[in-house]
Amino acid sequence: MNKQERIAAIKRIVEPYVQEKAALENLNEDTDFLKDLNINSAHLVDIILDVEDEFDIEIEDEAMEKMLTVGAALAIIEEKVK
Amino acid sequence: MKERVVITGVGVAAPNGVGKEAFTAAIRAGQSGIRYFEALQELNFSCCVAGKPEVSEALKLEYFPPLMLRNFISSGILYGCMAGLDAWADAGLSRNEEAPDWDSGTIFGIGSSGVEKMREAAYRLDSGKVKRLGSTTVPQIMASGVSAYLGGLLGLGNQVTTNSSACTTGTESILLAYERVANGSAKRMLAGSTSDSGPYIWGGFDAMKVMNFRSNENPESASRPMSATAAGFVPGSGAGALVLETLRSAQDRGATIYAEVLGGAVNSGGQRQGGTMTAPNSEAVQRCIKDALRNADVQASEVDLINGHLTATAKDPDEIQNWAAALGRNGADFPYIHSLKAMIGHCISGAGSIESVAAVLGLHHNFVFPTINCEDPHPEILKVISSEKIIRQTREDIPVNIIAKAGFGFGDVNACVLLKKYQNE
Repeated sequence: MNKQERIAAIKRIVEPYVQEKAALENLNEDTDFLKDLNINSAHLVDIILDVEDEFDIEIEDEAMEKMLTVGAALAIIEEKVK
Repeated sequence: MKERVVITGVGVAAPNGVGKEAFTAAIRAGQSGIRYFEALQELNFSCCVAGKPEVSEALKLEYFPPLMLRNFISSGILYGCMAGLDAWADAGLSRNEEAPDWDSGTIFGIGSSGVEKMREAAYRLDSGKVKRLGSTTVPQIMASGVSAYLGGLLGLGNQVTTNSSACTTGTESILLAYERVANGSAKRMLAGSTSDSGPYIWGGFDAMKVMNFRSNENPESASRPMSATAAGFVPGSGAGALVLETLRSAQDRGATIYAEVLGGAVNSGGQRQGGTMTAPNSEAVQRCIKDALRNADVQASEVDLINGHLTATAKDPDEIQNWAAALGRNGADFPYIHSLKAMIGHCISGAGSIESVAAVLGLHHNFVFPTINCEDPHPEILKVISSEKIIRQTREDIPVNIIAKAGFGFGDVNACVLLKKYQNE
């Protein structure tokens, strides 16, 4: 899976949690899950579970804390799928 | 100065009808909601008949945002929110999208919340996967889950809480809400209660052998309150909800008024004098009824109809005895009496609310629903009251002004509320 495909997968995963649907259209590496997409912070843990399932990886607590933007998520996924 | 309190909206998710219209038609027609469940048979239940509201996936989406339904398997919260949202809309109230309504709250009861969600979580925990619980476990298994979801869906800014007193829960929630509105702490309160459906909530009762295990071939005649052949209760599930509001607020809004809540009482038998975890202290039951009459300023002779607890166990004759003793009325002088459990089973913590919704609909639409399956009234009951006092066919010819509704629960707890037909003033 290339980077664009991974971004598309992340977009699909977060879509149900997004309250700011317009911001989803412009989703890019700088997009912040909480600030830009207005996702309820309690749902970040659910998004991480969905990311784990999608990429068949396991994300530890330290990495979870960092996963606040699309770019950070991509970096973690890249690291794990190696 | 106490405010007068009226009911301006009702909602219901019952085994024989989801939504006010379907439920009204079902109870008027004496239609049973009890069905046979193969899944219970497969789990070796003795009683394999039960009552469960029918809610399709499409119907869920009419009530809830898709996000709320992700990993959502708490049927009690589902039924409670459906009934609560319906009651709110029925009262002509808005969902307060911009800011909370500080004058409106909810007291919405439950016995156990999200037992199936709890089971899912326990399996994950035990396999070392605590993280897999996600964010959806806590709101569905916390006791106050149902009131918390409703508070958010409706934007309630007054008290938002959950009461729990076993099978008394629904009647108690009405009284707690009544007090809050009557004393001016809130303009309106959504009162209601709910119960999960399914084997994980019913299993414990099956194990206690208090359910009817002799009617698996005849689900619709399995629940037989007041009958000589009553053989235990039939488990049910679902929710009922009522909007309680000051008369002044209801009149200001031009709201439809279904009935007036006159007041009532709650108490406990202390598990003394014959009372236990599972059996009532008769003196406490009688005191509760008498206190309710006094608090509501109603004479025993004014009670036209009793909407009983009457679960279809061996305790039904005791309940009749207690009503007769508390009211000082028997034989042909006894009020009319009926039990909704014949149609929907015992909806446990949801029972009092669903049954109160039925009482209010009957008052408003001038009919008395029948106690089906009572072809053979219990001889011990007929020693106390005349058989024609048991409503066994739908009646539209009986003038009903005041209904006494009671609920009695495990823990030896009791509640009784008095409801009055509202005449436009």
